Amino acid sequence: MEILKCASAGTMESSDVYVEIEPCDSGLDISLESVVQMQFGESIKQVVREVLSECGVDKAVVRVVDRGALECVIRARVETAVLRGKGEA
Amino acid sequence: MRRSMLFLPGNTPNMLINGSCLGADAVIFDLEDAVSPAEKDAARILVRNTMRYMDLRGCEIVVRINAIDTPYWKADMDAILPWKPDLILLPKAGTVQDALAADAYMTEVEEKLGMEHGTVGLMPLIETALGVENAFAIASCSKRVKALFLGAEDLTADLQCKRTKEGREIEYARTRLVVAARAAGVDVYDTPFTDVNDDEGIVKDAAYAKALGFTGKASISPRHVEVINQVFSPSGKEIDYAYEVMEAIALAKSQGKGAIALHGKMIDAPIVARAERTIAMAEALGLGKENANE
Repeated sequence: MEILKCASAGTMESSDVYVEIEPCDSGLDISLESVVQMQFGESIKQVVREVLSECGVDKAVVRVVDRGALECVIRARVETAVLRGKGEA
Repeated sequence: MRRSMLFLPGNTPNMLINGSCLGADAVIFDLEDAVSPAEKDAARILVRNTMRYMDLRGCEIVVRINAIDTPYWKADMDAILPWKPDLILLPKAGTVQDALAADAYMTEVEEKLGMEHGTVGLMPLIETALGVENAFAIASCSKRVKALFLGAEDLTADLQCKRTKEGREIEYARTRLVVAARAAGVDVYDTPFTDVNDDEGIVKDAAYAKALGFTGKASISPRHVEVINQVFSPSGKEIDYAYEVMEAIALAKSQGKGAIALHGKMIDAPIVARAERTIAMAEALGLGKENANE
């Protein structure tokens, strides 16, 4: 499944996460800025990769700005951004 | 037990994840008025994930979906029903057809999921003049309908009058809904008190709703939850009296008497029924005599 257009989901509010997704030619390029970067940076990126995989996305540029979101929120916002990027939302 | 119901905006993670800790007997995850059209998809997925992944025990979950005249409501049901909310709050329920349309789709989804029909309850939100007029028919149209819920903000707009704290403009709607719900054998919930800074006003408004016969009351502010819980909980005096009534009835039966007086008043069936309800609620709250002995 391909990302067809730039899309975003979430906000910069506390406990939320802002996710931007855009098409690219190959591979996943995930960048993360998080208030808990040191403690949970890798875990957050892993969650993002899992959701992208579940959505069938293997090519995208993903920018994530985390404001202390729980995993269920990160999953929700990534899924929403993917659906919007696919034009399915 | 559902004394208080707290509205939480469906696209605000901070509110959703903390909702079950705010003391309300039920939380209402709101996909409708609290969410802009551009964010309906995001809110739906966020609420779904909150129900799927968060431990929300100790609190009932109600989801206000979008109305059936919008393009969102079926997608809301598809996303939410698998996670078995206790109730779906159906906005703009004005006719039996509205309630039955929601009921039918819920049955369809439950069947696809292998869930027993009626697993998830339905609570029509009565917020139009037509809904008030059809209240009894709506309340009794399906076994899935568990309660009615009064929405005064939209109702007063439909009535073309101002919404006030005193609430005279919704007097008829309040009493009509209580009568309709009780006649249909379902619960009924009062509209939120919208001045979040008026600590005296919420007490008066909640007490009035209780006096009219409402089962509980909704709130848009966590600040009102404790007050509503207190108002809709039986007092110590009410609990003591209830136990006295039951003891008096038991004594009458043992003596072969058909009727008995307590404090100069004859105890009849409605008083016994009220006492039973009071005791049931007291025990659910850990205030019963059995709990005192633990």
